[in-house]
Amino acid sequence: MGNEMTRQEDLLIEVKDLCVHFRRKAEDVFSFKPSWLRAVDGVNFSIKKGETFGLVGESGSGKSTIGKAILRYHEPTSGEIFYDGTEIGHMKEKDLMPFRRKMQSIFQDPYSSLDPSRTVREIICEPMEIHRMYTPAERKERAAELLSVVGLKQEDLTKYPHEFSGGQRQRISIARALSVHPEFVVCDEPISALDVSLQAQIVNMLEDLQDSRGLTYLFISHQLQVVQKICDNIGVLYLGSMMEISSSEKLYGNPLHPYTKMLIASILPPDPKNQVLDDITADVGVQERAEHGCKFHNRCPWCTEKCKNETPALREAEPGHFVACWRY
Amino acid sequence: MRENLWKNIRLGFKTNKLAVAGAAAIVILTLAAVFAFLYPMDPNQISVTDRWLWPCQAHPFGTDDMGRDYLARCLYGGRASLAAGFMAMILSTFIGIVVGSVSGFMGGAVDAVLMRIVDALMSLPTFLIMVVMNAYLEPGLQNVVLIIGFLTWMNIARIVRGETIAVNQREYVIYAKISGQKKMAVIVKHILPNIMPTIIVAATMNIANAILMESALSFFGMGLRPPAASWGSMLSNAQGYIATAPYMAFFPGLLILITVISFNYLGEALRKVFEPK
Repeated sequence: MGNEMTRQEDLLIEVKDLCVHFRRKAEDVFSFKPSWLRAVDGVNFSIKKGETFGLVGESGSGKSTIGKAILRYHEPTSGEIFYDGTEIGHMKEKDLMPFRRKMQSIFQDPYSSLDPSRTVREIICEPMEIHRMYTPAERKERAAELLSVVGLKQEDLTKYPHEFSGGQRQRISIARALSVHPEFVVCDEPISALDVSLQAQIVNMLEDLQDSRGLTYLFISHQLQVVQKICDNIGVLYLGSMMEISSSEKLYGNPLHPYTKMLIASILPPDPKNQVLDDITADVGVQERAEHGCKFHNRCPWCTEKCKNETPALREAEPGHFVACWRY
Repeated sequence: MRENLWKNIRLGFKTNKLAVAGAAAIVILTLAAVFAFLYPMDPNQISVTDRWLWPCQAHPFGTDDMGRDYLARCLYGGRASLAAGFMAMILSTFIGIVVGSVSGFMGGAVDAVLMRIVDALMSLPTFLIMVVMNAYLEPGLQNVVLIIGFLTWMNIARIVRGETIAVNQREYVIYAKISGQKKMAVIVKHILPNIMPTIIVAATMNIANAILMESALSFFGMGLRPPAASWGSMLSNAQGYIATAPYMAFFPGLLILITVISFNYLGEALRKVFEPK
């Protein structure tokens, strides 16, 4: 979203009307009409250089799909993705190579994000090999260096991933991502699979690296507490649509969208004085994809006729605080 | 993973006597076939006076209808049978890996076309095609290997395709793709090493199958050209003398049986080792 205050050149990532639709297997054998799953449905947001942008939402909200679309694992069905002013959403594979170096990723499952048949050194060196950076000897040296940056020992270089714990594996993933000097890192639930003490360690490491290397993060998570701590701006997704975007403090201090209220209510301790939140949590409907109108209308306590028929656009309700709801 | 593999195999075999016996039998038979020249008798030396000798000191397996030493013939015949089995396995496994991994990796139209080809080939009566093709081609080990190899890769292709689809969705493969790794490199570096156990098991079972097919082809006189022999052609030759010299059918038959059973036990044991617990 173009905040008046931010200039165009400050934006690293700009996502405009992004749609990613997946073809579903037809339920009816005799039907030739393809059915589409609209995993991401017209999403707009932008990430400033050096900031951490959080994407939150329940499973199936399309948050990982957005991350993978920016990384160009999925090709957008429509819409545009700008990286530092260059459109990469529909770029050809061979032109994408420089961007594939600048954008790196850390995944959720530390057990499947590292190839079990390769040593740690091979894993960390691979991105450098792909982008033909350094000589083979320099790569080895750099792998050793990166391993110490993420707090692992030199003798770990020749080990295989199965010899490490979940937290250590996530450190290896971080070392691998850093090997090619990225500018932008997609952290797709990087700590969801770790236990709480490790989560803090990894989050702190990510923050330190951001300061020392000027990284920009897209931080995808369903754990609101973590997102609140690490993110500058947060986007709330529901069934492939952006419900609300604002700074971290505003989102938690003054959530506008009923869905955001519900999410936040789900993490705060129950407060009998806070009647509004109780109204929402009392009636948690089913996550159902609505054909028309606001995606949240079948779970919303303030649903009107308008909500059922017309889709609200993301609007700036307060300065820097965007919400897609007819109430504002 | 690599070191674990050997440890697992050793552990798995420790508790599986049949697999150890099978592996031992395969090693012994292979060594015997390779070092057949150490046995002093010539497999093609005809001796009219020594026809149909039952097993004795001079001829441990007896002699055949032309007085040739039957042990020597069994050893050289084993060379042909085992070589045909191994080579056909290598060929069919190679084709299977290429077709299966490309099909599973690319998905979509490529997958659909390749798998329909596999379906079509699998629905053909393999043995009949072999017989017909053999009639047109020069008889010989090379052609037998080519025919068996080109007609038995479909099972491996299906197995490899399924495994490729499963591994293709793992995050390390996704990572390799989004960091710009070429498709070929993703398959060779990240997918194939991780489905190797399955391929090894399928390939082991495939050898047994190839040896049986070679024997069957030779039995119908479509393998090696006489006087060269394989176990299958020896069995075929023994038919006429089954009443007077039953050992002529017994020895090659027994050897085929032992080899095929051994490979099957070995494959089964490897499958159990690699299976996730």
